[in-house]
Amino acid sequence: MKITFDWLKDHLKTNLKEKNLLEQLTNIGLEVESVESLSSDNQLFKIAKIIKTEKHPNADRLKVCDVNVGEKELKKVVCGATNASEGLITIYAPPGAIIPKTNTKLEIAKIRGVTSYGMLCSESELNLSDESDGITELSKKHEKNIGKSYFSKSKSNLIDLSITPNRPDCLGVKGIARDLAASGFGRLIVSKEKKIKLKTKQTLKVKINKEKGQGCSAFGSCLIKNVKNTESPQWLKDKLISVGQKPISAIVDITNYVMLDINRPLHAYDADKIEKGIFVRNSKSGEEFTALDNKIYKLEKGMCVISDNKGVLGLGGIIGGTRSGTEFDTKNILLESAYFDPRSIRNTAKKLNLDTDAKFRFERGIDPLSIETGLKKAASLIQEICGGEVSKIDIQKTESYKTKIINFDVNSFENIVGFKISEKEIQRILTDLGFIIKKEKNSLKLIVPSWRPDISQQIDIIEELVRISGYDKIKTIDPIKDRSKSTLTQTQRLFHFLQRAIASKGYLETITWSFTDQSYNNHFREAGKEIKIVNPISSELGVLRNSIFSNLIMYMSKNLDRGFKDLSIFEIGPVFTGSNPGEQKTVVCGLSAGKKSRLSWIDKERNIDLFDAKRDVVQTLSEAGYNSDHFFIDSKTPNYYHPGKSGRIFLDHSKDKVAAYFGEIHPNILKKIDIKTENLIGFEIFLENLKLSRKTLKDQKLKFSVSDFQKSERDFAFVVNKDVEAQELISVISNVNPNLISNIKVFDVYEGENIPDNQKSIAISITIQSSEKTLKDKDLEKINNSIIEAVENKTGAKIRS
Amino acid sequence: MSDLKKIKDEFVSKLKGKLDLAELNQIKSDLFGKNGLISSQFKKIGTIDASERKKFASDLNIIKDELQDLINLKINEIEKVNINEKLEKEKIDVTLPERSFVRGKIHPVSQTIDEISSIFSEIGFSVEEGPDVENEYNNFTALNTPDNHPARDMHDTFYLDEKKERLLRTHTSPVQIRTMLKDKPPFKIIAPGRTYRSDSDQTHSPMFHQVEGLHIDKNINMGHLKGCLNYFIKEFFEVKKIKMRFRPSHFPFTEPSAEVDIGYEIKDGKIIIGEGDQWLEILGCGMVHPNVLKNVKVDPAKFQGYAFGIGIDRLAMLKYGINDLRAFFDCDYRWLNHFGFDPLDVPTNYRGLSR
Repeated sequence: MKITFDWLKDHLKTNLKEKNLLEQLTNIGLEVESVESLSSDNQLFKIAKIIKTEKHPNADRLKVCDVNVGEKELKKVVCGATNASEGLITIYAPPGAIIPKTNTKLEIAKIRGVTSYGMLCSESELNLSDESDGITELSKKHEKNIGKSYFSKSKSNLIDLSITPNRPDCLGVKGIARDLAASGFGRLIVSKEKKIKLKTKQTLKVKINKEKGQGCSAFGSCLIKNVKNTESPQWLKDKLISVGQKPISAIVDITNYVMLDINRPLHAYDADKIEKGIFVRNSKSGEEFTALDNKIYKLEKGMCVISDNKGVLGLGGIIGGTRSGTEFDTKNILLESAYFDPRSIRNTAKKLNLDTDAKFRFERGIDPLSIETGLKKAASLIQEICGGEVSKIDIQKTESYKTKIINFDVNSFENIVGFKISEKEIQRILTDLGFIIKKEKNSLKLIVPSWRPDISQQIDIIEELVRISGYDKIKTIDPIKDRSKSTLTQTQRLFHFLQRAIASKGYLETITWSFTDQSYNNHFREAGKEIKIVNPISSELGVLRNSIFSNLIMYMSKNLDRGFKDLSIFEIGPVFTGSNPGEQKTVVCGLSAGKKSRLSWIDKERNIDLFDAKRDVVQTLSEAGYNSDHFFIDSKTPNYYHPGKSGRIFLDHSKDKVAAYFGEIHPNILKKIDIKTENLIGFEIFLENLKLSRKTLKDQKLKFSVSDFQKSERDFAFVVNKDVEAQELISVISNVNPNLISNIKVFDVYEGENIPDNQKSIAISITIQSSEKTLKDKDLEKINNSIIEAVENKTGAKIRS
Repeated sequence: MSDLKKIKDEFVSKLKGKLDLAELNQIKSDLFGKNGLISSQFKKIGTIDASERKKFASDLNIIKDELQDLINLKINEIEKVNINEKLEKEKIDVTLPERSFVRGKIHPVSQTIDEISSIFSEIGFSVEEGPDVENEYNNFTALNTPDNHPARDMHDTFYLDEKKERLLRTHTSPVQIRTMLKDKPPFKIIAPGRTYRSDSDQTHSPMFHQVEGLHIDKNINMGHLKGCLNYFIKEFFEVKKIKMRFRPSHFPFTEPSAEVDIGYEIKDGKIIIGEGDQWLEILGCGMVHPNVLKNVKVDPAKFQGYAFGIGIDRLAMLKYGINDLRAFFDCDYRWLNHFGFDPLDVPTNYRGLSR
C-alpha cells in the first residue's frame, strides 16, 4: 500500500514530522517497507518550447530541434515525433532524468551522428496517459512557465507499507489515519459528506440472483447522466501520480481515488452499453468475456459475474469487461459499489490466475457498510468535474450486515500480555478505533466496526490494545534455567553422533535439496516409488529424492570439474519412500572419489576402494556402540552398487534390518553421468534401522574383566574354494571355543601359484587365552586340532601344510 | 713383584690405550676366559699355602673387580661412541611433509542447529521433529489458516498431488500441531528442520531451515516470550547486550503476533550485531491463537503460551558472515572447507558455543 504524508493529512491533523510518522507506522504494525522520494526526480522535467526544427542530416524520420528550456542557450535535441514543430510547448527531460515509464536514466547521446542533449517526452513516457503517438502538447498558457518544472512539487515522499492480510481497512488512507490517531499520532479529521442532490430515479434494473454460492450479497448503484468525461484536474492527477498511479480519465481516476482513499472499490459502466439492466449471477460453464486487460477469459461454472441480457459484463469484484468500459465519449454512466464474498473472489481469481487491485481488496474484506458512502463520494466528484445529474442510490441486497458483538473481559489483557492498562485507556483506544462500547457489570460490550472483518473474539481485542499501546511496554521476563525433560531423544542423539563420527573421518558435510533431478534419481531409485512435485521450480528439481546419492554424485561431479581430485562428502537427511507424511527415512550417505596418498613422497598411492568405505562405516557403527564382532555382512546390495564390489551390513546374524550398504558405485552409472575420477565409493547408513541400545554408558561401564594368563598366537593357512567367504571361516573358528579364542585376524589372502584354480588360501592369526589358567602345550594342541577340524568339516577347507 | 700385580699393571695400561670392541673382547677373554690369566689364578687358590691363602684370595678378588670395572667402563664408552656415530648417519630431513591427513567438516547449518539446541536446552526446551511431507491440515488449516485465506499466498507451496492435500511443509509450525496432538500440556519444545517454498532467487532458496519454538503452560504471557527470545539472541550471538525491537505483525496461528528486529551496524564492512541504529528482521512470533489450541484439544481457558519461528540459515549467515544463501546448498568443496566446523567443536553449555 503506497501513501504519502500529504494524503494522510487529508484525514489526520498533526504537527509531527515524517520521521516520527515512519516510526509510528511500524510501531503499530503497519510496516514501512520503503520510502522513496519521487519529487526530486520529477523536478527535472521542464516546460520547454521548440524554437526551430531541422531535418536530421542522416535520418529521414528524425528532427534536430533547438529547444528553449529557460536557460540562456538553446538545447539541441534529436526527436522522432511527427508533431515536433516550431512553436510547440512541450516537456523536456535533461540528461540525468529518469524516464518514469522505462525507469531508465537519460544520457547525452549521439543519435546517428548528432549529439542530443536530453529528450522531448510523450505522455506515455511520463506515465501521464497511454498517449505515445508524438510528444506532449501543452496549451499556450504554459508559455509563461517555460523553464519551470512541469510536475508540481510534492512535499512528501512515497511511503510503501506492507499491510498484513488481516487489515483490509488499512488499504485505504483513511484507515491508516484512524490507526495513527488512536495511537496518539494526531487527530482523525471527520470528513463531512458532501451534499449532492439525488433527484432522479435509478432506472437501470439491478437484480442479484438468489442461487447457491452467490458471491455477491449487496449491489449498490447510481446512474449519472450527461457527463463529459475529460482529463482529471491537476490536483487529482497529482494525487494519483504521488502514489505511483497513472491518471487515465476523470471517471476512472475518481473511482481509483475513492478506492485508495477509503478502500471502497467502485466500478463505472458506460450505461448506454448495458442491455436492459444488470443481473448478478453465477456463471455458466464455458461462458467467455473480454476483460479490461484485453484478455479473453473462459469461465467455469459458479463464478460471480455481472451480466446483462447479452452476456457477461465483468467478474464481480475482480475485473470489468471491455464491452461496457467508460471512454472519453461516455455520456451516461452506472456506478457500482458492491459487496463480494472474499471466498468466492479468491476461488474465482485462483482458478483464472487473475490478480487485480480490486480482487486483492475484496478477498481481504471490504467494509459492507461503505456502499453508499463510496457512491456518494465518487458521484459528487464526478458531478463536480464532469457535470451531469446523479440519480438516487439503489441498493439490492440478499442479506444484510449483522453487527458483531464481543464481550470483553478487561482482565484478560494483562493475563495474555503481561502488563496492565487502565480501563479508561482501554475505552479510549477502542473508541478511537471505531468500536462502540457499552459498559456492563464485569465486562465491556463491544460493537465491532464494520470495516474490521478480522475481529471476532476477545484475543483480537487484546491484540488491538497491545498494538496501539506499544509493544515496547511488554516486560522482559527472564527465563528460568531449569530442565525437567532431556533435550534430545536417543534417536536424535544417535543422529548427531553419526553426523560427527562420519565428519571426523575426513568427510565434508553437505546439505542438498530434498528434491532432485528425475534422471539422476532414477539411477538410484530401484523399485522405489517416484514422488513427483506437482509444481516444481524447474524440471531438474521435479521429484523427491529416493536416495541421497543422486544429489551427492551431481555435486561430487561439479567439484571434480573444479579440479579437486580426492575428496569425500556426506549428507545426513531424509530420503522419501512415498508421498504421505512419515514415508521418509533418515540416511547417512557418503561418497568418496579419487585416490589415497596421491603424490606422496612417503606412501604408496592407490585408488580409494570399498574397504575404505567399509572401515568408515564399521568404525562409525562401533563408535556408536554397536559391537562389530556381531556384524553380519553379505553382498546383496541395490543395483546402483557394483554387484561384485559392494556389501551390506547387519548388526547381528538375525539379519533383521540392513544397517548399511557400502561399495563401488555401478560403472554404468558413472558412464551415464560422465563423472571423471579413478574410483567412486559410497555408503549409506540407515538411522532408523539401528536398534537403540537399552543400556546407557552408565550401565555398560560397570563390569570390567580381563585375563592375565599367558596368551598364545597361532597362525593357520586354509585353502578353500573361492566362493567361501572369510566371514564364514571366522564364524566357524569363533564358535570352536568362545571362552578360549579371543581374537581372529585375517592377515593374508592368496590366489595363484601353488594353489589350485578356483581356490584361494586364507591365512588367519588366532589368539588363544584362558581366563582361568595358563594353557599347557597339550591344551593348545587340542584346540589347534579342533580349529582345523571344524574349519575343514564346515567349509570344505584344507589346512595348508 | 707378585704375579697378580704384574697382571694388573699390564692390563690397566693396556686398557688405557685406544681399543675397539673386538680388542676389548680379546682382553676380556685373555683375563676371564676359561684359561684366562685371572681365571687361572683362581684355580691356583687351592694350591697356595694356608697362611697366605686368605690374603691371596682377597687380593685376587680386588684385582678382578678392578679390571672388570675398567672393562665395563671401556665397553660403555665404546658403545656410546658407536651409537653416536650411528645416529649421526641416521639423521633425516624432518621438514619433509607428514603423512597426509584429511579433515572433515560439519556444515554451518548443522552447527547452528546444535548451537540453538544447546541454548534452548539450558532453559528447559526439548527437541521435537516432524516429517518434511505434510498434509494440508497440519500445515495450514490446523494453524488457523483455512483454505482461501489470503495468508496462504505468503507461502509459495510445493504440492505433491493435484488436490493439494500433500505438500512439502512451508514452515516448521506443523510440528506444533503434531506435538500438541500427541501429548498433554505443558509443552516446551523447539523443532528445527527443513522447510520448503517454491521461491528461488538471490535471497530465497526453495529449501531452507527453520526452528520452531512452542511453550504452552498456565500463565505464560508475552513477557515470557520477550524474555526467552532476548536470552536466546544474546546467547546465540555471544554478546552481553542486544538491541531488540518487537513490532506488531500478523500470522494466522498467533495473536497477538510480532516480528522481531535486532539492531546492527556496519563497521569496516563487517556486520556488528546488537548495536547501531539499523534494524534487521530475524524472526516472527506471538501468543498461540486460541483457535489453534482448540484444534489440538487444548483448552485455551486453562492453557496459553507462545510460539516463534526463526530462519536458521539466516542466523548462520549473520553470525558467521556468510553472504550468499544459495551457497549453503551448492556443496562447493572450497566453501564447505571454509565455513564448515571441525567435528570436535561440539557446541555445549560448559565450554561455550563456539571457539
